[in-house]
Amino acid sequence: MNPWVDAALLLLLVLTAGGALLTRDLIGAVFILSCYSFVLALNWAWLGAVDVAFTEAVVGAGLSTVFFLLALFLTSPEEARSPHHRRHWLALGGLLALALLLVRAGKDLPRMGDPASAPNAYLSPGYLQRSLEDTLTPNVVTSIIMDYRGFDTLIETAVIFTAGIGCALLLRREQ
Amino acid sequence: MIQPYDSLIAQTLCRVLIPWLQLFGLYVLAHGQVSPGGGFVGGVVLGATLLLSLLVYGNDAASRMITQFARYGEGMGLLLFAGLGVLCLLWAGEFLNYGSVSVPGWEGPVRRWTGILLTMVGVYVDVAVVAVAIFYSLSPDNMEQGHD
Repeated sequence: MNPWVDAALLLLLVLTAGGALLTRDLIGAVFILSCYSFVLALNWAWLGAVDVAFTEAVVGAGLSTVFFLLALFLTSPEEARSPHHRRHWLALGGLLALALLLVRAGKDLPRMGDPASAPNAYLSPGYLQRSLEDTLTPNVVTSIIMDYRGFDTLIETAVIFTAGIGCALLLRREQ
Repeated sequence: MIQPYDSLIAQTLCRVLIPWLQLFGLYVLAHGQVSPGGGFVGGVVLGATLLLSLLVYGNDAASRMITQFARYGEGMGLLLFAGLGVLCLLWAGEFLNYGSVSVPGWEGPVRRWTGILLTMVGVYVDVAVVAVAIFYSLSPDNMEQGHD
């Protein structure tokens, strides 16, 4: 774990996020957001969460970019700025307070990879030890989401299905 | 309906690229138990290749059977997943408990391995179909038809 790589990846994350927010041309903003997702995927991969990194790269940098672009073609590609500038200061203050709160809360999180932290001491060892002999599945992430926690995944699949149905009901005008 | 993208470079490139991308999606699905990935990521890859072919080839791609299935087959993946759960419920008395289904000649771990693979196929189909469904909901031609 090289701290300079951590710092560089986080800096790229902040830069791409800021760029996506500040760009007035929305098509450009969508592509910067795609870069942001890719940097986020690199972050996950660097932290060792390869499954999450894969999903983030495919969904965030790939599929959602296409959907954003399609939505932009239906609306206008220019950002509309509101003339009320005073409210922006209120929002900035609120966001800073929220950021302080999150930094304070982050101190209570266990250190990464700490074997004595609550999730690592209680459930994970059992899954890690039993997964191969229970389900013949070396990738513990798959055996957890599809077998040990299969009911959660069923509901998540239902959520994705509901998203497709909802879009169709709201947007389709076919006979 | 959907206008094809009139570029020889894009069309030739996609003709070569799309089968390999779909094969990669299948690989991610089939290797979900030994390497990163699984049903969700594989399904997104398949859905993205279908979107790519729709964007580049337009109606030619839309009339293909796989796109037709993806367009009208919404809920098939969820049905596969939940149907497997109900099958376990009827057969062995516990919803989604693949290990308790007694198949002669199959050890418990093999049954759970098969259950994981089949539910991953369910997620794979569900995600790919929903990607195509959202694409059709967002395509501008769909909007213009509505104003007629």
